[in-house]
Amino acid sequence: MTNTWQDIKNADVVLCMGGNAAEAHPCGFKWVIEAKIENQAKLVVVDPRFTRTASVADLYAPIRPGTDIAFLSGVVRFLLEKDAIQHDYVRAFTNAGLIVKDGFGFEDGLFTGYNEQARSYDKSSWDYELDGQGHARIDDTWQDPRCVINLLRKHVDRYTPEMVSRICGTPQDKYLEVCDLIATTAAPDKALTSMFALGWTQHSVGSQNIRTMAMVQLLLGNVGVAGGGMNALRGHSNIQGLTDVGLLSAAMPGYLTMPKDGEATFERYMATRQFKPLRPGQTSYWQNYRKFFVSFQKAIYGDAARADNDWAYDWLPKLDNDGYDILRAFEMMTNGEVNGYICQGFNPLQAFPDRGKIRGALAKLKFLVTMDPLDTETSRFWQDFGPQNPSDPAKIQTEVFQLPTTCFAEENGSLVNSSRWLQWHWKAAEGPGEARSDIWIMSGIFHRMREMYRKEGGAFPDPILNLAWNYTDPVSPNPEELAKDMNGRALLDLKDESGAVTLRAGQLLDGFAQLRDDGTTSSGCWIFSGCYTEQGNQMARRDATDPREQGIAPNWAWAWPANRRILYNRASADPAGNPWNPAKPIIQWNGSRWVGIDVPDYAPTTKPADAVGPFIMNAEGVGRLFARDQMMEGPFPEHYEPFESPVPNVLHPKVPTNPVARVFANDRAAFGTAQNFPYVATTYRLTEHFHFWTKHALINAILQPEEFIEIGEVLAREKGIAQGGWVRLSSKRGVIVCKAYVTKRIRPLVVNGKPTHVIGVPLHWGFTGQARKGYGANTLTPSVGDANTQTPEFKAFLVNVEKTGAPAPERAADV
Amino acid sequence: MELRRRGFIKLTGAGLAASTLGAIGFGAAGEALAAAVRPFKLTATSETRNTCTYCSVACGVLIYSLGDRAKNAKSNIIHIEGDPDHPVNRGTLCPKGSALLDIVHAPTRLKAPRYRAPGSNQFKQVSWDFALDRIATLMKQDRDANFIAKNADGTTVNRWTSTGMLAASASSSETAYLTWKVARAFGMLVFDNQARV
Repeated sequence: MTNTWQDIKNADVVLCMGGNAAEAHPCGFKWVIEAKIENQAKLVVVDPRFTRTASVADLYAPIRPGTDIAFLSGVVRFLLEKDAIQHDYVRAFTNAGLIVKDGFGFEDGLFTGYNEQARSYDKSSWDYELDGQGHARIDDTWQDPRCVINLLRKHVDRYTPEMVSRICGTPQDKYLEVCDLIATTAAPDKALTSMFALGWTQHSVGSQNIRTMAMVQLLLGNVGVAGGGMNALRGHSNIQGLTDVGLLSAAMPGYLTMPKDGEATFERYMATRQFKPLRPGQTSYWQNYRKFFVSFQKAIYGDAARADNDWAYDWLPKLDNDGYDILRAFEMMTNGEVNGYICQGFNPLQAFPDRGKIRGALAKLKFLVTMDPLDTETSRFWQDFGPQNPSDPAKIQTEVFQLPTTCFAEENGSLVNSSRWLQWHWKAAEGPGEARSDIWIMSGIFHRMREMYRKEGGAFPDPILNLAWNYTDPVSPNPEELAKDMNGRALLDLKDESGAVTLRAGQLLDGFAQLRDDGTTSSGCWIFSGCYTEQGNQMARRDATDPREQGIAPNWAWAWPANRRILYNRASADPAGNPWNPAKPIIQWNGSRWVGIDVPDYAPTTKPADAVGPFIMNAEGVGRLFARDQMMEGPFPEHYEPFESPVPNVLHPKVPTNPVARVFANDRAAFGTAQNFPYVATTYRLTEHFHFWTKHALINAILQPEEFIEIGEVLAREKGIAQGGWVRLSSKRGVIVCKAYVTKRIRPLVVNGKPTHVIGVPLHWGFTGQARKGYGANTLTPSVGDANTQTPEFKAFLVNVEKTGAPAPERAADV
Repeated sequence: MELRRRGFIKLTGAGLAASTLGAIGFGAAGEALAAAVRPFKLTATSETRNTCTYCSVACGVLIYSLGDRAKNAKSNIIHIEGDPDHPVNRGTLCPKGSALLDIVHAPTRLKAPRYRAPGSNQFKQVSWDFALDRIATLMKQDRDANFIAKNADGTTVNRWTSTGMLAASASSSETAYLTWKVARAFGMLVFDNQARV
């Protein structure tokens, strides 16, 4: 989230699209209700289902799963056509006026530079025209046909209301009502907030879904302001933290990135990461990358990371591809290329697409380790549970270790919430039996490995033997010490320009501005620097006071970066430094510095006249309507159909689906067609359950005890399916048998002239826990992901449904 | 009605020392009579501030446990509710958060390490030492056999891709940081978390 949960109350329009906050994030959603009551906000919901979020909306529009880019590109077209954009904002704070190179173009579904064999682009034409100083050329009058705003206008021209309705199945009048409401927030003192979740990410075009909305927000001047922003409602309690700390194949803590094979030396690695400003005088904060990186290496390797060994650069493993994400990992496992796998608090047999493939892949492992508070399906993949998990254990040679861990109530530590707050929590009790913390277990594995490498030697032991481990209790490092590691320290006395000591050796840093690239500072996660200082644990702060009750609460816990609560908040004021919305200013220029209720996302004494852009992480300093080479599919979003779709791509039939999505041959062979699987399915959560955990909790298991699907009344009538009757739901990859809930909340859509039915598949049931056994929605879902993130396409795929009889009574689970 | 209000004041006095009710400001009122009424169930508990383990709204919760945290007292969590001071949830919890107590005490909480041998149709309970020694041995064998120090071009790449790891997105950032250190020091690249699912 760019903004905070409470800040939602400042919105004039709330758009819930790509998420169902009322059911998935109920206690955050109450700020939408607050906006409606206190700010007369209008709630707009665009969703395939009439959800509980829709039930309190002022305006609901249905949409076919997987067509959000078409819908939102239509919104962009509408805003440009009606001139409902915030001109001064767009001119000053976006790249609308920057001039794009000759040679860039788009035709028949493809941008320039496509290589069909490699399914990738040569992106060299996706850039600005540069002047002699290496700065992007600009036409502030927007007359040049090659400036971004004009290319965008041309690109979205095809998304007429008729075309949007034809692709999305949204009735034109509803669609235009949504456009009208969105457009009202182009006024400088009005804001729209975009609230989305996995309804946007879990598509083969997920990143571009979000990007299209971000462009809408830039055109409306809604980024950086109170009640605005792009608000990704993160799912798990610390998924933001895990992302921030870089527990992803290609990531390092603080959004640094792992080196690749081509980056043989540290200098080569740095060459592509110290982004030079693309416009005069811009901040381009990643210019400090070297400070972050060197300080990180000092944090994890201590004295062993030195200037003369390039700060132990070679000890980081190098990637020979874009990343070993989950889809690639299970493809490799299927092919016998993975021998061992550790699942820490993660249940892939339930969570990953194409369950049959996952089950088969796990059986090829030599060893599987699960670390979890609960008895997960993954840890029992080898056991026969009947049709929900058929297996012949005698044939499975995998050694399985099921390790019991403590849970949230049994540890100290911090979690990063959706709005980037690091909140400390405290242990209330010991875990049950012999359960141990993840920290204790990981330390135990590490110490045993290190001991063996010390004694016996083995493959490249250096990083293992030199890993910094200066903890008071090495067997189970204290979370406070780990938090201080991430915050960072001065390793020598730090002096200012006058020679005065500002921090003594060993002291905790105040923030990342103190980081250096000469090995005199350490920080395990630069964006967290400031969370645990000499003043104490900032994450444990509990002062809920809120200036003007504007939803900032700056002294509650601590937010990254630098305790900033609203990202890009420089953009809340006009180029001269006066708030766009005088009733809800965030920061403003007082003649000598930026002041206000939040920490400026900007150098605090930079004069407005210097025209430094608010988007300080971008080399241009401005928001990108044209994404240059940052996205795999192209600098502008384009509508591609889901990999399983009931209709051709009416815009470009020859390029129906994401042309750069990575698809493994086995997975492609497992895609179904509309001929055999005529209905569109989408997966989701219920408000009573959290993924696959709460079926272990008695109350939740009682509230929603068994697997079911939701189908509309029209389709139910057509197929003779009764309310609560048994159905067989199948995709090319598998079958589930469960009850049907026949509902008015899903209605057929007219897509490309034909009625299209959508079936809802809640995803919570498996074969452990206290609820009844279920097959799991991932039995059906396809194994293909977004080209940028490899997030699987759970939200749009094809199925067939048939009435069936009740299955034989469940046999007792032999747990 | 009057009776109930009086009863409330009495038990507020009794709970003052140990519970948040003290914050209401009733002082010592009714303390003498407190012994005569059934004690408020949270009177003898310890309060711990925590965060809901489910979604990323990150509602503040208050955990109440029996036991005063003395060395030999074993804490037992008996109640969890929303934290009214928290600026986001302001005391509220959803149907999942309201049932946190049931996940803490779920009958399927694991209590000891278990091991399933190749071809076996059952788990057997093992010691932590057995489990961790065996895991470390298997990992070292695999790493030593499959570690790639240089690629075909002779570039130093130092990677290990034949063992992978998924990290928990309900674990703390401190756990995450330690996990990152260990996994990458081994050279792991097959490494991911729940951000995608």
